[in-house]
Amino acid sequence: MEDLLKVGIADYKVGKAPSRIISYGLGSCIGISLYDPVTKIGGLVHVLLPNSKEAYASENPAKFADTGIPLLVEKVVAFGASRSHLQAKLAGGAQMFQFSNPSPIMTVGARNCENAKKALQQCGIRIVSEDLGGTYGRTVEIDLSTGLYKVKTVNKGEKTI
Amino acid sequence: MESLLNLSDMQLDAIREIGNIGAGNSATALSQLINKKIDMNVPKVSVVPLGDIPDLVGGPDRMVAGIFLRVYGKAPGSVLFLMTKESALYLSERLVGVQKENIDELTEMDQSAIMEIGNILAGAYLNALSYYTKLTLLPSIPSMAVDMAGAILNIIIAQLGEMGDHALVIETQFLSEDDGINGQFFLVPDPGSLQIILNAIGVK
Repeated sequence: MEDLLKVGIADYKVGKAPSRIISYGLGSCIGISLYDPVTKIGGLVHVLLPNSKEAYASENPAKFADTGIPLLVEKVVAFGASRSHLQAKLAGGAQMFQFSNPSPIMTVGARNCENAKKALQQCGIRIVSEDLGGTYGRTVEIDLSTGLYKVKTVNKGEKTI
Repeated sequence: MESLLNLSDMQLDAIREIGNIGAGNSATALSQLINKKIDMNVPKVSVVPLGDIPDLVGGPDRMVAGIFLRVYGKAPGSVLFLMTKESALYLSERLVGVQKENIDELTEMDQSAIMEIGNILAGAYLNALSYYTKLTLLPSIPSMAVDMAGAILNIIIAQLGEMGDHALVIETQFLSEDDGINGQFFLVPDPGSLQIILNAIGVK
């Protein structure tokens, strides 16, 4: 298996230690990682929008928080993770551009955060850490050997959550 | 909604021509502002999967400065002027007269000067487009961010993502004669707007 799996926009990957899964340049998008520390199996989904029911085109479930999260849960469990062990970490959901009267699309980051948490709750998955909001982009990477979730930014340094 | 993937050659040519007229007008405005010759290429019109948009600018983790505007009026859409961070520093130096080494050092004044450039370029582009199509098009107030290209493009991708999985992108490269400015201008019509523009110029 490849060591570094790349996840694009509205995309997901599932893997097992010692792989790492990375997604570059998230703005208002959210990268949600799921990890089972016992089997060291996990996944990462890069969702673009909060709600599939509000969109005209919803063929790709990985595009939305409300459908992408259940999809990832199903895929990591199918890969061998135990559903009850799954831990979720979230990063992203920024508002990159500031406008004085924000239209709905400007606040998509905040709505993504809200819906991602709601979807995790509905799936019964525990959120162990998060790095959400702000006005800056993030690159996220989960190391499936440790479950550590690395969040890299341009001006705010790098942290592990 | 029209299928973006089924555009005829004639339609693509017409869209390219629109990009050419708009960007030509912008390049002239920019050239006058910085008093340098500006080269621009023939606009590239592409229909790309949303996920591939960051690759158009050299990858999602490339550091860029972006000025974003919404277009209101008969054919709404988004305009994004992306440039290297060196170009942003160059612009602020040309306009404000103080040399800065790093993007963090840009003051509010510098940023506002750079945004004004975005405003003028977008205005010039939209004016030409309005004139050509007889459609009223108005730019919003610009907003600027310096960050990873993927994160900056996110706003456009999110908008388009609600309507589909592909986007039509009209892209023009700008390069000043002294290489000080190296940027890309993007016009991304909202779904539906493209048909309005094509109808307005009589291309079926």
